[in-house]
Amino acid sequence: MIKFSKQQLKIPQMSKPVYLVTGGMSKFDRAIPEKRTEELVIDSFLEAAEFINKSPEELKQYIHSCYYGHFADHFGDQLLGEAVIHDRLGLDPLGNVGIKTGGATGGSTIWEAYKAVASGYSDTALAMGWERMDEVPTDEGNHYIASAADKDWETPLGHIYTGYYAVMAQKYWQVFGKEEESFRRTLAEIAVKNKGYARMNPHAQSPMKITVEDVLNSPIVAHPLRALDCCLMSVGASCVILADEKTAYEMTDNPLLLYSSAGSHTLRVADRRDMAIPLLPNESPDQYKDLGVRFPGGDRYPGFTGFLAARMAAYYAYGMAGIVDPTEDLDLVELHDAFTISDIQTYEDIGIRPYGEGRSYVESGDCYHTNPFTGQPGKLPANLSGGLIGCMHAVGATGIMQVIEVAQHIWGRWSEMHADEAKWKRFNRVKPDDWTDLQVKGAKRGLAISHAGVGSHVTATVLVHPDHQLKGRG
Amino acid sequence: MTTQNRGTVKVENGRYRVTGNFHYAYPNEPIRDESGKLLGITNPADMTHIHAYGGEAPFFENLSNAKLLGTKCANPKCETYGSVYIPYRIHCPDCLMRNEEVDLTELARKGASVHTFMITERTGAFNTLEKPIRFVNVEFEGVSTILMGYLSIGEPEIGMKVVPIFQTKKPTFTIMDLSWVPAGTSAADLPEGFTF
Ligand SMILES: [Zn+2]
Repeated sequence: MIKFSKQQLKIPQMSKPVYLVTGGMSKFDRAIPEKRTEELVIDSFLEAAEFINKSPEELKQYIHSCYYGHFADHFGDQLLGEAVIHDRLGLDPLGNVGIKTGGATGGSTIWEAYKAVASGYSDTALAMGWERMDEVPTDEGNHYIASAADKDWETPLGHIYTGYYAVMAQKYWQVFGKEEESFRRTLAEIAVKNKGYARMNPHAQSPMKITVEDVLNSPIVAHPLRALDCCLMSVGASCVILADEKTAYEMTDNPLLLYSSAGSHTLRVADRRDMAIPLLPNESPDQYKDLGVRFPGGDRYPGFTGFLAARMAAYYAYGMAGIVDPTEDLDLVELHDAFTISDIQTYEDIGIRPYGEGRSYVESGDCYHTNPFTGQPGKLPANLSGGLIGCMHAVGATGIMQVIEVAQHIWGRWSEMHADEAKWKRFNRVKPDDWTDLQVKGAKRGLAISHAGVGSHVTATVLVHPDHQLKGRG
Repeated sequence: MTTQNRGTVKVENGRYRVTGNFHYAYPNEPIRDESGKLLGITNPADMTHIHAYGGEAPFFENLSNAKLLGTKCANPKCETYGSVYIPYRIHCPDCLMRNEEVDLTELARKGASVHTFMITERTGAFNTLEKPIRFVNVEFEGVSTILMGYLSIGEPEIGMKVVPIFQTKKPTFTIMDLSWVPAGTSAADLPEGFTF
């Protein structure tokens, strides 16, 4: 649809507030041949239990229903893999369901668990996600991922999903980036930042100390994207426990309010019709009137440059949490940096910057933990985990990992979870000598965006410290 | 291991009738580390699926007749009445009435231009396109949507005029039967099997 009814624009009204109680992650890597998926899942569950000083058995006592995010059955060649995991976690005969929304699977899994708690169906729900992308060689993996595009109209074209996205990147590059060398360098900066933050994260698969030049000299994937502009293919698991207020405070002293929403758009970008830009609370109806003048070719919305699904998810989530201006109201974000350029597109879709001006979020230094120009804390640090470029993209686990990372900052426990020598050792990774504490000081509210491919599904999850709720929430 | 007599399918009296082999079995092989420890196995799979085109079949059939078919909402009560779609949509996305077929071949020959594109050396398993591949997303005057395809000749640019070519000599009855070349390309230069 290209016009929305009042009913469709309703800000979701949940029956009761939902809290994030705890979360945990496994190690993430390109391949983990020595472990079955269930072992990774249990690794993440154990971390979640330990985080709130509970034994796995104690934590399990609270769980009433389970939501499992696992995108690609094809990779592991096991249908109903969710049932295998559910049994290995010893959670039968509780109700469980598998969730698949491509790259947004992790976020969607939280969305489902959230609704289960908010509705009163469960006092406590488990959202667990995983992926194992190491069980076919990369070529076949690319074919499988391309099978998440339209099998009749797109997949036969090269069997390469990156290509279906790259046409969007090209359009954004030419229209909004104006093919400027400076814009290309801004894109590279995102990769440098995220690979660099990954160095401080023991879970992360691809920590790298690199420069803009390294990114610009890495192999071309599809102009203007290069290898270091692209996300990883990963193996790993992550989980969160959501609960209602009473149960959450039984389990921990410090649960966080959680709001979750979702949007969608056509699987084929081809099918996207021209429409008016739906506005976020910090935008005005006339601010985009001259968009096509300022950026010739940029007047078709969402065209091949905007992710309407992200905009809709943000619209709902901001309404639910009372967010007016994400840069002012949030303290950090984890965004779905599948590609450096899609990261910039998302800044605009979710209102961190207006359409056409996404690059300034990077160029101002606002997106850094410490603004490189001022030496002061960044206004809205992004992807301190390393994101999909530096940490991982174990599809079903990604959106959940992002939420845990944001939460650890609000809990003030980021350093504890990332500095731990024992963890670095257990993951067989070397903690860098210049390891830096990336804890966002005084973080109270954060956001995670989970996103599928060319934008078919996007979820927004907002975390808020209960003492710092915003006025005007839905 | 033989892969002869690969499966084919016919429909008779509304039922699939299959002949030949739809799968071939290969033995598993162990996966070991340097020390010889068993870590897993390979699971070979070679299997053919059956796939129904349903209401989209005319589109794929007509590529082999050098025709590019789209559809149009023909419901005057629909808010987006008259919208033209390619990819071919069987039903209008708004009113869900069955769309009317429209022949877009002439429009495409006169007025198609590249909305965006990409060039890559990377492909996935089963790719049959020559590398580097060049995707073009083609927009047509008066059409609501933008069709993805591949450019067979020349280097793509945003705004460039392109015309469709069709694999009419040895059609595969897939989207691969449709490709694009710059307007003004001569028939002699077309890839093997393709005509305007
Ligand atoms: Zn209609």
